[in-house]
Amino acid sequence: MAQRQSASLDRKKLMADPIMMTTIVLLIAFLTLFILYPLAILLVDSMYGSKGLSFDTFTRIFQMRNFRTAITNTLKVGFVVGILSTLIGLLFAYVEVYVKMRKAVGGLFKVVSMLPVVSPPFVLSLSMIMLFGRAGLITRFALGIYDNNIYGYWGIVVVQTLTFFPVCYMMMKGLLKNIDPSMEEASRDMGASRWKVFTTVTLPLLLPGLGNAFLVTFIESIADFANPMIIGGSYDTLATTIYLQITGAMDKEGAAAMAVVLLCITLAMFAVQKYYLERKTAATLTGKASRVRMLIEDKSVTIPLTVLCSLAAVFVIMMYLCVPIGALFPTWGYKFTPLTFKWFEQVFTRYRGLQAFRDSFVLSLIAAPITALLSMIISYLVVKRKFRGKGFIEAVSILAMAVPGTVLGVGYIRGFANGLFHTGALSGLYGTGAILVIVFIVRSLPTGTRSGISALRQIDKSIEESAYDMGADSLKVFTSVTLPLIKDSFLSGLVTAFVRSITAISAIILLVTPSYLLITVQINEFAEKGAYSIACAFATILILITYGSVLLMNFIIKHFGTSRKVKEVE
Amino acid sequence: MSGMGKKEPKGVRLDHISKIYQNPKTGKDFYAVHDVELDIEPGSFVTLLGPSGCGKTTTLRMIAGFESPDEGEIYLGGEPINQLTPNKRDTAMVFQSYALFPHYNVFDNVAYGLKLRKMPREAIREKVTSILKLVELSDMEQRMTNQLSGGQQQRVALARALVVEPGVLLFDEPLSNLDAKLRVQMRTEIRRIQQALGITAIYVTHDQSEAMAISDNIILMKDGVIAQMGSPTEIYYHPNSEFVADFIGECNFLPCTVKGREGQDAVAEVNGIPVKVRSETDAAGGGAEIVLRPEAIEIAEQGMLPCTVELSCFMGSYQNYHVRVGDTLVKIADNCPIGKQVFRVGDQAAISFRSECAHLLKV
Repeated sequence: MAQRQSASLDRKKLMADPIMMTTIVLLIAFLTLFILYPLAILLVDSMYGSKGLSFDTFTRIFQMRNFRTAITNTLKVGFVVGILSTLIGLLFAYVEVYVKMRKAVGGLFKVVSMLPVVSPPFVLSLSMIMLFGRAGLITRFALGIYDNNIYGYWGIVVVQTLTFFPVCYMMMKGLLKNIDPSMEEASRDMGASRWKVFTTVTLPLLLPGLGNAFLVTFIESIADFANPMIIGGSYDTLATTIYLQITGAMDKEGAAAMAVVLLCITLAMFAVQKYYLERKTAATLTGKASRVRMLIEDKSVTIPLTVLCSLAAVFVIMMYLCVPIGALFPTWGYKFTPLTFKWFEQVFTRYRGLQAFRDSFVLSLIAAPITALLSMIISYLVVKRKFRGKGFIEAVSILAMAVPGTVLGVGYIRGFANGLFHTGALSGLYGTGAILVIVFIVRSLPTGTRSGISALRQIDKSIEESAYDMGADSLKVFTSVTLPLIKDSFLSGLVTAFVRSITAISAIILLVTPSYLLITVQINEFAEKGAYSIACAFATILILITYGSVLLMNFIIKHFGTSRKVKEVE
Repeated sequence: MSGMGKKEPKGVRLDHISKIYQNPKTGKDFYAVHDVELDIEPGSFVTLLGPSGCGKTTTLRMIAGFESPDEGEIYLGGEPINQLTPNKRDTAMVFQSYALFPHYNVFDNVAYGLKLRKMPREAIREKVTSILKLVELSDMEQRMTNQLSGGQQQRVALARALVVEPGVLLFDEPLSNLDAKLRVQMRTEIRRIQQALGITAIYVTHDQSEAMAISDNIILMKDGVIAQMGSPTEIYYHPNSEFVADFIGECNFLPCTVKGREGQDAVAEVNGIPVKVRSETDAAGGGAEIVLRPEAIEIAEQGMLPCTVELSCFMGSYQNYHVRVGDTLVKIADNCPIGKQVFRVGDQAAISFRSECAHLLKV
C-alpha cells in the first residue's frame, strides 16, 4: 500500500503542533551532531585519508605490538572482571533476598551499593595503592612486605571488580525478588535439598540475567579509563592506549582507528546484551512474586554467608574510607601522626583547588538540568508519542550508552577541533566550556533516558491522553501532567547527571584545555605523579560534594516530591 | 444543572471509515476497522458493542483523534475533523482507567479543562461546583484522587469530561473496573446525566447488558465491520446473524425448512413438525434457523416439539434446562420455577413458544 491516509493525517497533526515539531527537529539535530557525527567521523577518518578509501591506518595500528597487547589485555580484564563481579553480586543478592539477616548487615549492603554511585571512578585505585602498594598500610606495615607490586593486571581486576560488583548486586536483587517463591517451594516439596533447589530452579531461571550482568560489567570494564590509568602501570588497556596515542604519540588518525576498534567491541557486546539477553531475562522472569518468601533461618547457612558478605562489605567500605583518611596523614607510608589538614589547605593554596572546584561545579551544574530535562523529553516522546523519527531518537540515545568515554572524546577531537568535517565550521566550539558541557550531557543522557522511560512506562498512557483530549497542547501536557508525575524521577535524574558530570573523566580528559581546571583531571594528574595525599584531599572534597547533593536530593524528594502526597494517604 | 447543556449537542458522522494495522507477528496489514458508516443523531446515546478486537475502541479513538483513519472522513457537527489534533476537537473522553491526574485533587482535576480554556476563576468555581453536585461529589472537592473509591473516581472522570461541555462525550469501557453492583448503579447514573444534559454520547463496551440498558442505539461490531445496528429491542429480537443473536444474550438455533406462510407468520418444519414463526419476508423454500431466546421457550409434558431433558438445574430466579430436540441442544430458562412442574434428567417433555418470540434466519 502506498502513502496511507493515516500517515499523512498524522503528519498534518504533527505540523499543527509547532512546539512538538520544533522539539523533535532540535532533538534529532542534537543527537546527530553530538553523538552520531563524532562516531561517524572516526570511521571516516580512519578509512578515508589523503589517498582515498583505504585500510592503511587499520593495518598500521594492528601492526603495533602494544595495540595488539592492549586488545588482549582489555578483553582478559573485562572477562575476568565480568565473571567475578557477577558472582560476587549474585552472592550479595542471594544473601539479601533469601537469608534472614540482621538489620545492620542490610545497612552495610545498602552502603556498598551506594558508594560507587557517589564516588569518582578512580577512588578505589587510590585506596588500593595506599593499602596494598609498595608503601601500603596493609602490605608494608601490617604484613611487612616491601616489594608488593599491585600495578598491572591484578590491580585492575581487583579494583574494577570492587567498583562494578554493586551494579550486578542491584541487578540480581531485582531478578531474585521477581522469582515466585512457590516454584522453589514446589521443588523443595518434592524432596530437593536447598542446594538442589538453587541449582535446578533458581539458577536456570537466573541464567539469562547472569549473562546480562556479566556483559554489562564487561562493557563497563573495557570502557573504564581512570582505573587502568592509575593502577595499570605498564599494563595498558584499549582506553589508556588510545589516550596515550593522542597525548603521547600525537597520532590522531591512529587513535581514531583504535577508537573504532574499541567501539566495535562494545557495540557488539551491547547488541547481544540489549537485544538478546535482556529480552530473554524478561521472558523467564515476569510478573511479581505472589507472596513473601520464607527466609532461610538455618544457622549453618546463615552464619557463614552473612559473615562472608559482611566482611566483604566492610572491606569495600574500608577501601572507600581510606581516601579521606589518607588525606589526613602528614606523609602516607612514613608519618601517620599527628593528623593534619595541610593537604586540604594545599589544595586551595598551592594547587588552585578553588578554581578546579568552581569549574567542575559550574560546568556540571549547567549540564545537569539540561540533561535531566532532555532525557525526560526523550522518554516522553519515546514512550507516549507516535511520530516518524521516534525510532531514530530512541536508538541513538540507547546507542550512546555503549560508547566508551574515550571513544567519544577522540570523536570530538576529530569532529570538532577543525570544525565540522574539518571545514572549520563550528570550530569555535572546540576548547570552550560549552563542549565540555555537551560532553557531560551526552555522557549522562542514556542513564537519564533509561530511568525516565521506565518511570513513564508506569504511568497510564490515558492520563496524558485525557489532558490532550481536554484541549491541552503538547507543551501543556508535558508541563502540567507528565513532568509533575515524574518529578521524583526528574529530580534523581538531575542529581545523577550532576554526580556523573562532576566525576566524569574518560572523555573529558581528552578535551579539556588549560583554561579549565577540572577536579577529576587534577586527581588523575596527582595520582599519576604519585602525589597520593593531595589526590586524596581532592577526591575527599569531591566525594563530599557528590554525597551532599545525593542527600539533598533525597531530602527534597522526601519532603517535596510528588510521591509523598500520593503515598501519604495509602 | 441550570448552567449545563447550553451548548447544542453535535452529531457525529463516520463516512466509510477504515483503519489498517500491521500484525506485529506476520507483518501483514489488516483492517482493524473496515468501511464503517455511521450517522449519530445529536443528543442520542449510542453504544459500540462487540468482542475484544472488533474495532470498537479504535473507532472511538479515531473520533477522539488519537488514531487517524486510513480511509474515509469523520464529521463532527457537520464539520470534517480528520486533520484536527485531539485537543482541537470538541470531544471529551471518559477513559477505562479513569485517567485522573494523581497530582491534583478532585476540584483541580475537574477544573483542568476549564483552566485550559482560560475561563475566569469565578466561572470555573461555579461550573465545577455545579457539575460535582450533579455527580454527587460535592463534599469531596479537596480529596486526592487515590482517596476515592472506584465508583467515586469514575464520577470524577465523568465530571471532568462533562464540565467542558463537549459536543460529544466519548466513553471507553468506563465501567469495566467496577464491581458488578456498582456497574449497574453507575450505568443508570450515566444515562440519567446524559439525558438530563441532552448531550451526544458514544459509549464503547463489550458488556451486552450494559449496552442494552443505556443505549438509544447499539452498533454491534465484529472483525472491524458493523454486524448490525439498531435499537436494543430490534437487535435482541431480530438479530440478522447467528453472531449477533449469540452475542446479545443466550440463544438457540433450531434448523428448519420454510414451507410457506400463514398470515404474519412463516410456517417452518422442524424434524418434520410444522411450527409458526413471526416473519414478514421469508418466503417458502430453503433451509433456515429459528432463533429462540431461552426465556421464550416453555417446557411442559405436552407441546409443539417433543424433547428429552439432559440437564435440569435450579438457578434461583429460573430453572435451567438443556433439552434435546431431534439432534439440537436447546437451552431453556423457565422463570420463577416454584410451584411449576420440574423435569428431571431423562424425562420426556415438549417445548412450545409463541410465534412472535421467534425469528427466522436464512442459512
